[in-house]
Amino acid sequence: MKKIDETSGLSRRSLLKTAGAAAGALAGAGTITGFPAVHSQENKTLRYLGTAVNQSADIAKKVKEDTGITIEYVAVTTDDVTKRVITQPNSYDLVDTEYFSLKKLVPSGNLLAMDAKKIKLFDQITPIFTKGELPNGKKIGDQGTAPKKVMFLEGQHSTKFSKTPTEWATLIPTVYNADTLGIRPDLIKRPITSWAELLNPEFKGKAALLNIPSIGIMDCAMVVEATGKHKYADKGNMTKAEIDLTMKVMTEAKQAGQFRAFWKDFNESVNLMSSGETVIQSMWSPAVTAVRSKGIACTFQPLKEGYRSWASGFAVSKGVSGPKQELAYEFVNWFLSGWAGAYLNRQGYYSAVLSTAKANMEPYEWAYWMEGKPAEKDIKAPDGTLLEKAGASRDGGSYEDRMGGVACWNSIMDENDYMVRKWNEFIAA
Amino acid sequence: MTTTDSIPTPRNPAAAAIASDPTLSREDASPLGRVLPGWVQAMPFGLVFLAFFVVPLILVVVVSFFDYNDYETIPSFTTRSYVENFEGCVSQLPDVCTILKTYGSTLKFCFLVWALTLVIGFTIAYFLAFHVRSVTVQMTLALVCTIPFWTSNVIRMISWIPLLGRNGLINQMLVGGHVVSQPVEWLLYSQFSVVLAFVHLFTFFMVIPIFNSMARIDKRLIEAAYDAGANGWQTLWNVIIPLAKPGIVIGSIFVVTIVMGDFITVGVMGGEQVASAGKVIETRLNALQFPPAAANAVLLLVVTLGIITLLTRVVDIRKEL
Repeated sequence: MKKIDETSGLSRRSLLKTAGAAAGALAGAGTITGFPAVHSQENKTLRYLGTAVNQSADIAKKVKEDTGITIEYVAVTTDDVTKRVITQPNSYDLVDTEYFSLKKLVPSGNLLAMDAKKIKLFDQITPIFTKGELPNGKKIGDQGTAPKKVMFLEGQHSTKFSKTPTEWATLIPTVYNADTLGIRPDLIKRPITSWAELLNPEFKGKAALLNIPSIGIMDCAMVVEATGKHKYADKGNMTKAEIDLTMKVMTEAKQAGQFRAFWKDFNESVNLMSSGETVIQSMWSPAVTAVRSKGIACTFQPLKEGYRSWASGFAVSKGVSGPKQELAYEFVNWFLSGWAGAYLNRQGYYSAVLSTAKANMEPYEWAYWMEGKPAEKDIKAPDGTLLEKAGASRDGGSYEDRMGGVACWNSIMDENDYMVRKWNEFIAA
Repeated sequence: MTTTDSIPTPRNPAAAAIASDPTLSREDASPLGRVLPGWVQAMPFGLVFLAFFVVPLILVVVVSFFDYNDYETIPSFTTRSYVENFEGCVSQLPDVCTILKTYGSTLKFCFLVWALTLVIGFTIAYFLAFHVRSVTVQMTLALVCTIPFWTSNVIRMISWIPLLGRNGLINQMLVGGHVVSQPVEWLLYSQFSVVLAFVHLFTFFMVIPIFNSMARIDKRLIEAAYDAGANGWQTLWNVIIPLAKPGIVIGSIFVVTIVMGDFITVGVMGGEQVASAGKVIETRLNALQFPPAAANAVLLLVVTLGIITLLTRVVDIRKEL
């Protein structure tokens, strides 16, 4: 009993702290009722740490309806998710983080290994995570921190990644995607087929790059390799010499005035593109959608060198045990059961368990988003806004085409410290 | 009432108590009894200062000498963060190393913004203090200066973007008026836009202290200067500026410290392409590399304190107030 009191006290305090972030979710979930109800409901509350991108009020509302679990979102930036996990493991219950952060998170010992046996649909999780291949068996690029390299631990309390599948997973995948360059086809007026175009003098002063070192360096590597200046053994794990070379090429371009700006925030990338400040830049899928929903042409351009991919998943804080832990598993199981997956797929991301998501989508939606077919009807976002008119088809085509074309994954390099220093030098150049 | 009244003359409790005030010593002859009330009065603020300034500062200095890896800070003494910070400063000669380039850029912004805000701020303050006769109008106009502060820093910054952008208002006017054939690119995401945003944001911090100093200048001094045959410039240079010095120095300290530590304005207006000392700290923090972030913070503090020391050498603020 004492334990329960402690937990409820804690969550009430954290509720105050995160009141802003949680207010929307709570209002939607309708927790603001009489006092007696509050006490029992507080025991079914999970503090969900992650970036705002994945934290939808709709999902919180639906999970409340289906399972009675109240989700309190703690929304921070990608870098701050990592920081929180390492420095404040008691400030959250469940974390939604990227696979590439695991090289920092797992050695800290602040995450619990996820027991695959307790995940009902674990066997149905796409083999991209477990084997590094598509459901049809095709192997995909594994440079960088590919999920299969960090998916499993050697044991429950191990801080070592296992090369082969075990019962203990680091993260249970939620969402992933393949990123590429975004372009303004109406201003470029010719086909773009290579990452090398980012440095094409034709776009001098009209290109932009992502200013998050661990992701930006991967885009740089794709560009440098595409220009034929260097072939990396592993773009996601460069040697010092390779980092120097990559930054040298990019620095020369920067000094020649190639870049209009660097962006760090999702909205900055949308503004740069929609205002015409840039015509070609590193971009994320929902940002392309946001530009398009303003009626401005923007393409998430498939390129011959392939995509830079990323993936994120759920883990539980080491401070969580007993009933709370069961609750976390219940939520993760719910997340994989289809509704959330369909919701994510409709935003242009991909869900971990495809079969359940498919069951929750209309056939024409599945055909558009996952099979790359022309839309039979107008395609709408989860909130009902029109994304594409009937007849349009998705940039890059089907799931197999896009995920099959992955060349590398976001990563933390062994020389991360050196890379960050060189990145600062690049910015200062 | 004017703002003149709100400036404290040296009447603060600690100073009064520590200075051997005869009215206090009359009741309590022992030295302890003389000093104690002052310390007690100063203690609440002293404790706040200790807990939220001195202790964190010491921790920053301590952490800056720690070692680190990808996921943790290792409490063992090393000068690695400082050594790596100055990497290439000798070996790359005659090329300038990153850290010097970064500080060079930051100091340049600092100087430009300081010079511009000083000229603009001084002019506005001069107008308010000497050309506006009615105190009501003076106060109203001073309040008008605060209007930009009704919205957040970030919004004031971002609102420049649609104005200065490639397809922004100014470029539309220039191209539409056939002044230029191609949109002017350097208006946004350039050093120009950074300085512009800084000046827009911080001129107010110059206006108020300078206005405050000027409002306290005895008008009879100016009349005397006039009677003695000084022209307008001579009065300005020999009477007003020397008497407005404390305001100028206080305003300068505000502007210099803000610009030295800023990374958001430089980031947004410079398109994240312009280096600043604050940005280096942010990048290190985001990469979870706390010791180098701390080392950079110490460096920034030393440089900023150096500038402020120089400024206070020019004018002894405590004496002038």
